[in-house]
Amino acid sequence: MTAFFQTLGMTYEWAWFVSTICGILLIALPLMVSVAMIIYADRKIWAAMALRRGPNVVGPWGLLQSFADGLKVFLQETIVPSAANKGIFLIAPVVTFTIALMAWAVIPFNSGAILADINVGLLYVLAISSLGVYGTIMAGWASNSKYPFFSAMRASAQMISYEVSIGFILICVVLWAGTFNLNDIVKAQDGHVLGLFNGFGFNPLLFPMAVMFLISGMAETQRAPFDLTEAESELVAGYQTEYSSMAFAAYWLGEYANVLLMCALNATLFWGGWLPPLDIPVLYLVPGIVWFLLKVLFFFFVFSWVKATVPRYRYDQLMRLGWKVFLPTSLLFVVLVSGYLMATGHFA
Amino acid sequence: MIHVIAFYLFAVMTIASGAITILSRNPVHSVLWLILAFFNAAGLMILVGAEFIAMLLVIVYVGAVAVLFLFVVMMLNIDFAELRAGFVKNFPFGMLVAVVLLAEMVLGIGAYKAGALQLGTPDGMAAQPAGTSNIEAIGALLYGRYLFLFEAAGVILLVAMIGAIVLTHRQRGDTRGQKISKQIARRPEEATVNVKPEVGKGVSL
Repeated sequence: MTAFFQTLGMTYEWAWFVSTICGILLIALPLMVSVAMIIYADRKIWAAMALRRGPNVVGPWGLLQSFADGLKVFLQETIVPSAANKGIFLIAPVVTFTIALMAWAVIPFNSGAILADINVGLLYVLAISSLGVYGTIMAGWASNSKYPFFSAMRASAQMISYEVSIGFILICVVLWAGTFNLNDIVKAQDGHVLGLFNGFGFNPLLFPMAVMFLISGMAETQRAPFDLTEAESELVAGYQTEYSSMAFAAYWLGEYANVLLMCALNATLFWGGWLPPLDIPVLYLVPGIVWFLLKVLFFFFVFSWVKATVPRYRYDQLMRLGWKVFLPTSLLFVVLVSGYLMATGHFA
Repeated sequence: MIHVIAFYLFAVMTIASGAITILSRNPVHSVLWLILAFFNAAGLMILVGAEFIAMLLVIVYVGAVAVLFLFVVMMLNIDFAELRAGFVKNFPFGMLVAVVLLAEMVLGIGAYKAGALQLGTPDGMAAQPAGTSNIEAIGALLYGRYLFLFEAAGVILLVAMIGAIVLTHRQRGDTRGQKISKQIARRPEEATVNVKPEVGKGVSL
């Protein structure tokens, strides 16, 4: 795209700048629309599992429900509690929303279709996702209310705990791929197992890691069964309790953008990203972005499925799973994977 | 052009947020400004091409250390009057620290003006080889030349961790931990019993 703007008579720097802005819009705007649609899909899936109809009034089959909800919160009054720390209270939802969009910069949608093709792509994702907790903590503290504060405490402990095991899981992937660049990680999965299956997840040594990454991703994005930060039976609505109107909507959109990001990471790191699942020439006729989106939608279905079926964890169970089960297991697999790669001369 | 703008943006933001960290009255605001300073410092590192260090700075300091820091500061019950009362008492010590820092900085800049310190070996062994990424260069140094120092740092951290656990862990004797395996192994037949009591007799438990 930079080259195109250069033909319009811009210098390289300005062409790069303009094309980057265009790239950001090209990712962020469809993402916002897909977040609205995915909320609708989420509600429909829960409804189907609970033998209900779900949203079916606004628009054909209720398709416009999310947009109607968006319009509703847009027209509501923004209430800032008088005891709240006003500046931080208003910045917090913006932080959550921005950080949820930032990580998308390094996700490869197709071969080379990536906004920032950087060497440290995976580290960038880790860095950005570790920032995500600030939106919650700031909201919890600035609300100056007990329930949001409890929720913020839970959120920070939970996210730090699961980031540790996510780090080890990613090390296994990086060891096998030999790079931190997400585009190259996808390429490394081409014909990974027996020259037939595209994806680290088909590898018996990495499949447990793929499952653990999926579960850790649910904990990291605070989805059910790990949604202790907004456990309505204990904490009203957690850190969002005092929020109304667009500030609330920013949390809502940010949360779902994060969930979609986790699905995209699952697809990219373990299930071959934009590659078709099988390394058969016929399957390459379908564009890579279609495979990528299909995988993302599949993982989103898994997220909804789990949310509809699994009861919420107790807090101590959550911590036990993170520190006593996932951490030792992922550490063991780092040793196993690196040992296997050394034994087979993968690095030679 | 753009990288000059980016540099001045990051640099001004780093210095400004560093200054507000000290000046702001609310400790929680201080920590948040400190986090912004960390983040902008990471931006500066990316500009000089040290993207790996920049990402580690964000992951380790912003993502983990500062969260715990914020956690602790938020839990404190801050009495602002008391904070200000301590200001006069601690002022001389604060000035002393400030003077030491200033002297160090002047010394450092002076030494740099007199001729930069040669880092690494003169034959350029420590320099990043052309065509390798940050990560490869750092990895080659850490796991090659500085392997034993790296291992020593790891051992020191391990000792510190075990020490912290030993210091805080105590056996009270009157606590009952739950055994997850036992809970999972429990079947409905063991846990429940079906009885048909006669009317007015009740059940013995």
